[in-house]
Amino acid sequence: MKNKKNMKFGVVIFPGSNCDYDTYYVLKEVLNQDTIFLWHKDHDLKGVDAIILPGGFSYGDYLRTGAIAKFSPLMREVKEFALKGGLVLGICNGFQILLEMGLLPGAMLRNKNLKFLCQFVYLRVENPDTPFTKLCKKHQVLKIPIAHFDGNYYAPPEIMEKLKRNNQIVLRYSTSKGEITEEANVNGSMENIAGIINEKGNVMGLMPHPERASEKILGSEDGQYIFKSMINSWIK
Amino acid sequence: MDKRILEQHNLTEEEYRGIVDILGREPNLTELGIFSVMWSEHCSYKSSKIYLKNLPTTGKHVIQGPGENAGVIDIGDGLAVVFKIESHNHPSYIEPYQGAATGVGGILRDIFTMGARPIAVLDSLRFGPLDNPKNRVIMEGVISGIAGYGNSIGVPTVGGETYFNQCYSQNPLVNVCCIGIAPKNRIFYARAKGKGNPVLYVGAKTGRDGIHGATMASAEFDEDLEEKRPNVQVGDPFKEKLLLEACLEVMKKDLIVGIQDMGAAGLTCSTSEMADKANSGIEIDLDLVPKREEGMNSYEIMLSESQERMLLVAKADKEEEVKKIFKKWDLDAITIGRVTDTGRLIVKEKGRVVVDIPVRGIVRDCPVYRRPVKQPSYLREVNYLEIPEVPNDLNTTFLKLLSSPTIADKEWIFRQYDHMVQINTVLLPGADATVLRIKGTKKALAGTVDGNSLYTYLNPKVGAKIAVAEACRNLACVGAKPLGVTNCLNFGNPEKPEIMWQFKEVVEGMGEACRFFGIPVTGGNVSFYNETMGSAVYPTPVLGIVGLIEDISKIMSPGFKEKGDYILLLGKNNEEIGGTEYLKTIFSQERGIPPEINLEFEKQIQDFCFELIDKRLINSAHDVSEGGLAVCLAECCFMSEKKLGIEVSLEDDIRPVALLFGETQSRIIISASPSDIDKIEKLASKRGIPCQVIGRVREDKFIIKQKGEELINLSIEKIYSSWKQAIPNYFKLSEE
Repeated sequence: MKNKKNMKFGVVIFPGSNCDYDTYYVLKEVLNQDTIFLWHKDHDLKGVDAIILPGGFSYGDYLRTGAIAKFSPLMREVKEFALKGGLVLGICNGFQILLEMGLLPGAMLRNKNLKFLCQFVYLRVENPDTPFTKLCKKHQVLKIPIAHFDGNYYAPPEIMEKLKRNNQIVLRYSTSKGEITEEANVNGSMENIAGIINEKGNVMGLMPHPERASEKILGSEDGQYIFKSMINSWIK
Repeated sequence: MDKRILEQHNLTEEEYRGIVDILGREPNLTELGIFSVMWSEHCSYKSSKIYLKNLPTTGKHVIQGPGENAGVIDIGDGLAVVFKIESHNHPSYIEPYQGAATGVGGILRDIFTMGARPIAVLDSLRFGPLDNPKNRVIMEGVISGIAGYGNSIGVPTVGGETYFNQCYSQNPLVNVCCIGIAPKNRIFYARAKGKGNPVLYVGAKTGRDGIHGATMASAEFDEDLEEKRPNVQVGDPFKEKLLLEACLEVMKKDLIVGIQDMGAAGLTCSTSEMADKANSGIEIDLDLVPKREEGMNSYEIMLSESQERMLLVAKADKEEEVKKIFKKWDLDAITIGRVTDTGRLIVKEKGRVVVDIPVRGIVRDCPVYRRPVKQPSYLREVNYLEIPEVPNDLNTTFLKLLSSPTIADKEWIFRQYDHMVQINTVLLPGADATVLRIKGTKKALAGTVDGNSLYTYLNPKVGAKIAVAEACRNLACVGAKPLGVTNCLNFGNPEKPEIMWQFKEVVEGMGEACRFFGIPVTGGNVSFYNETMGSAVYPTPVLGIVGLIEDISKIMSPGFKEKGDYILLLGKNNEEIGGTEYLKTIFSQERGIPPEINLEFEKQIQDFCFELIDKRLINSAHDVSEGGLAVCLAECCFMSEKKLGIEVSLEDDIRPVALLFGETQSRIIISASPSDIDKIEKLASKRGIPCQVIGRVREDKFIIKQKGEELINLSIEKIYSSWKQAIPNYFKLSEE
């Protein structure tokens, strides 16, 4: 499988996904990766090497963010793929879906100011030893925007303990200098958590949008670290 | 017909006689309802038509002018930009969240109906003063509504403007402008062509919501306001997202002949307009219309304004293929009728014909009014200005001005909007104009919405010209050339001669300026009856202008870039203080005469700014508007990434407050590297443009001197926090 020239990405389209084209564009046009869309009603992963659950409002975020998307037909295959060790990245709504599916622990509450927040934030890389951050240095600061209403990460104490113990906290909201402060924690997440990974280290979710920060003209290219790390770890 | 019934339908007896003439008989109640919405001010433009027809609407690149769902302009590379502005004022006052949300939904449909993918929304909002809790509630609701709809559907809300004035306390204005991009050779129109072709109803089911919304928007509000709440529709952005994707997918293939969204006047408007434009007829069966509830009668079904619905006419042999695509997106697509060649709208219910009207009669034969006009008497009063005493401490005055909500930072608003989705937003909200790159090309689009109603209140014609000039100036500041205009004209009750006079003056002024700048008006919207309990809004024209940037690497932004850069003023400082934000904020005076506007001079300044950007000679450009030179300079500091400061020395021989806060038009603040100053000055003298170095960019301090004397000397931190905290502070109070 790995003698193919390029890695193949699959971006899942749910009804209500709205960052599907953005993610596709960055992978395909900016990073020149073999990229296809996967339709949520299918049962076919079409031989992709990594799956991205993009941002948006799957099923309108009605009921609860990500709660209905987990029942989409394709999710059966996605779950199998993840359990077998395949790379799965959930961005924003995709992260919320991964939480609902139980592939990642914890839950999302409304932002602490009870408003939708769209802005650039700074993220400190806590764990560079993952397939999604391996090109980063420990405590490197990334500038990537967020855009969500429900990004206030919550986990009960025993899970939080486990996340810390296993080094599963990958990204935390910080200042531009990498300080972890209350003020930098715009949505009120526990422990400033912006992104976590599963125990096995192949499924990651993050609230910020790396696809919105992968071109200089958009104000930051730091998002490329995430995608390029995935590519790099697949090649090796 | 009972007089009371006519009154309920906002129809005059004369209009009723016209209806009887058209039909050759008395209408039944459903038919009366149909006429009442189609002949409402909102749908028929019966009071405004005679003035609007004088606006320039043609141009080399115009593919579609007014009369369709949106205007279309060729931008090269096989692409067209599709754009339009609409108001949702009345519903937003009654039910702020849903009113604003469905305003966004409606304008988005106008754009994708034409075959374009909506790429941006800009909104122009007007609220009453924020110290009144009711106004805060309306503002919060409106902003959440815009965010709730736009964020979910994934169209970025990239900019706009927000003004505050007492006149909007009971008449908030919500104008939403949408920009879309379509392949030039695949634009779709609202035409029911081809006898026998199936008429398909797609999208949400029809409910009892929004019945008579258009009629409601065509009358003043009185104390029965609460009762009108059911007239407001409820939006479902998720449904619209599915509709958007399904429609665009259908449009990629050669399957349909025409399409129209069901907005104001719902099924009535879409069927009759589509038939009228194609010189055909339409026959539909209401039993087939998907309904949300039992027992709806023909009147309710025809007048419902339920959201997220479209009517499309498919090619006869493609009906099944169309249905298949909608099914993929879990949407109903139901054939409810056929195109005919009879020129009539025929509606059946339970096998009975309940409506039989010539489409021409409802669409074209609406009476057109030349309503009486009269110059309002208030003008003489308010145009007189006794200049108030100059405040002792200009520093304090300046800080107060910066924290006036109209001038203060609007981040509290726009960070609630997803302004980055679709990854095209190159200039974030807050700049003179928003800039969106066009993927796959070197180009970018710029968009702005503008309109200072205090100027139009004091002089409607001059105010309208300034609105056009300022919008174009905003585009020049980012390096864009204007392509076309869409306008939203918000006024009081046109049956009052004074209001009609304001309207006439504004349209004349706007037309003159658009002709002068050579920009076609490709569409727009008139919103009359913005009056509650007899008190009207200021005449408020809002101009939405879209411009093109040929080379994306040349985009300019307003913020200063480097310490040591020179600051230059293009244009001249005149002694003009009437109609300023300064008088309004510091002295509660909304008086005087607005600044003068010389279109010729304005154009020279804009062209010169554009030339400097094109030659890559400058590092920033920002236009001088509300709050004058001092506020403009402060904004250039705030929008610099490093929060830089300035030291500026002015030599003009005018009173200090006029120099600092006067709103003289045709001025742009630019900054440039020391090495380019020579070239800029030479070029300016060659072009005959007033251009002077007034100071330099520095750190920490914000200093403005006149003839060596310090007028303002403050720390950047101090002025920044006044500007930044003003709006959030109002809402902190209400949260406590």
